[in-house]
Amino acid sequence: MTVPRFWRHISARYNLTGTRCKSCGECYFPPRTTCPVCRRDGKITEYRFKGTGEVVTYTVVYSASDRFNKQTPYVLAIIKLEEGPQLTGQVICGPAEIQIGMKVRSVFRKLGEDRPEGIIYYGTKFIPAGRDLK
Amino acid sequence: MRDVAIIGIGCTHFGEMWERSFRDLFVEAGSDALDDAAIHGEEIDALYVGNMSAGRFIDQEHVGALIVDYAGLAGSLHMPSTRVEAACASGGLALRQAFLAVASGHHDIVVAAGVEKMTDVETETTIDALASAADREWEGFMGATFPGLYAMIARLHMHKYGTTQEQLAQVAVKNHHNAAMNPKAQYKNEISTSVVLNSAMIADPLRIYDCSPITDGAAAIVLAPAEVARRFTDTPVYVSASAQASDTIALHDRRDITTLDATVHAARWAYKRAGIGPEDIHLAEVHDCFTIAEICAIEDLGFVKKGEGGPVTEEGMTALDGKIPINPSGGLKACGHPVGATGVKQAVEIISQLRGEAGKRQVAKAEMGLTHNVGGTGGTAIVHILSINR
Repeated sequence: MTVPRFWRHISARYNLTGTRCKSCGECYFPPRTTCPVCRRDGKITEYRFKGTGEVVTYTVVYSASDRFNKQTPYVLAIIKLEEGPQLTGQVICGPAEIQIGMKVRSVFRKLGEDRPEGIIYYGTKFIPAGRDLK
Repeated sequence: MRDVAIIGIGCTHFGEMWERSFRDLFVEAGSDALDDAAIHGEEIDALYVGNMSAGRFIDQEHVGALIVDYAGLAGSLHMPSTRVEAACASGGLALRQAFLAVASGHHDIVVAAGVEKMTDVETETTIDALASAADREWEGFMGATFPGLYAMIARLHMHKYGTTQEQLAQVAVKNHHNAAMNPKAQYKNEISTSVVLNSAMIADPLRIYDCSPITDGAAAIVLAPAEVARRFTDTPVYVSASAQASDTIALHDRRDITTLDATVHAARWAYKRAGIGPEDIHLAEVHDCFTIAEICAIEDLGFVKKGEGGPVTEEGMTALDGKIPINPSGGLKACGHPVGATGVKQAVEIISQLRGEAGKRQVAKAEMGLTHNVGGTGGTAIVHILSINR
C-alpha cells in the first residue's frame, strides 16, 4: 500500500476510530462518510471504539501473498465489536486456541513492512481478552 | 423488452496454457462462437467482454479495443466493444450487458465474451490480484487472502449447521468426476475423499483440493432477438431471465456471513422474471470457487434449505444423476476458473446441455438450466435462467 493511502487512515488504523451516525445511532468501522441506513439524512461524527469484542468466525492462514508469507500460519478472524460493527483482523494466539465466541480486545501492533527499506505498517490486532500485554 | 436467444457458443480448453496468449484465447473462443452461429462478423452490432484483471495479469488495459481489433472487427467495421468488470463475476456481467443490449432493441446481434490469462505472472502475484476482489484496505491489508475469507464462511457454516469437511470434500470429488468427462476441463482426473482430506491446508478448514485453480481460458456467446434466432440455428436457447444483485464488498459487513444475500436476491428476481421457482430448474452451473461456495450456492439459490447443502451433497442430490445436477462441466473447481471467462463458460455449458450436446456428461432431463456467477465473496451475484422453450 502506498504511503498516502495508508496515511489517510492512520487514526482509524492505530486507534480504532470509526464513525457514528447521530441520526440513527449506528456505528461504523471502517469509517463511512455516508450512513447506509439514513443516507442523505445521516449525521456522521467520529467515534472511537472501545476495542472489545468477540470472534464471529475465524481461519488459520497457511498460504498468503508475499507480504504476509513470513507470518504464516496466522489466525485471522471476523470480530464483532461491542458497539456492533464487525471487522477483519488478526488474533494473536495459537491456531488451537482460537474459537468462535472467544472474547478479544484490540492491541496496537506492527502489521508488516513493504521491504527492509520500505515503510512499516502499524495497526490493530486482537488478543484474547484476559491476556496480559507482553 | 423483447425476448433474447443464444445462437452460438464457443469455448477454449481451460488450463495452464503457456504457449497461448491472451489474444490467442479470446480469438479462438470468439471464432468458435461465430462458426457455431454461422455468421461471419459483419452482422455483429456490439461486443461485451468480461475480464477481471488484465492490468495485473498481463499489464494490459483497454481490453475492449484489443479484443475487437484482434477479432478483426475494428479496422474496417469499427464495432463498439466494451470491457466489463465485476471481479470473478465479470463474465456473467458481460453476458447480462449483451442480453440487455439485445432485449432493449438497441442492438440485434451481440457477442458476450469472457477471457482471463492468469499464468503469465508468478503465483504470489496472482493471489494478490485475486485478493483485490475483496476490500483491499480493510480485508486484504489485515492479512485476508481470498481462500481465508471463504474459510471463514466455511468455519461458521460448520459451526452453525454441522457441515463437515467430508461434505465439503464431496463437492470436489463430484466436480472432478464431472470434469473427467469434459474434454475442455483443466483437471480430467477423478479424486477420492481421502485425497482431498489429506491435501495441504491453505486456510483452515479449506485445503488445496477445496480451492479452484489458476486457469487460462476464454468463452464466447452470440445473442440475437428471439424472433430471428431460427434463421441462424435449429437449436436456439432462450434467456428466460437475467438478474444481478449487490451486497457489501467486505465479508464482515454482511447480515449473515454464511449467506450470500446477493445470490438470494439475484435468484429471487430471476425466478420472478421467468415465472418459475427453484424446483423447476433441471440443472445448474454455480460459482464453486471453493467447495463451501457450492454448498452456500445451492442453499442461497433455493434448491435446498439453509444448512442442508452439506448433507444433500453427500447423499448425491447434486450428482449428474441426482435430483438437481450441479456443475456438470466440473465447475470452477475442476473445469478451471479463468475468472473473467467463468461466467460465460457456465452459460456455454448449460446451453450445450440444453441442446443435448454434452457428450458423456449429458444430463438426462435438461430443458431449463441456471447459471450463477459471483464476484468476490458475494459483493456481486449474477443469475441467468436459460431454456429450450421461449
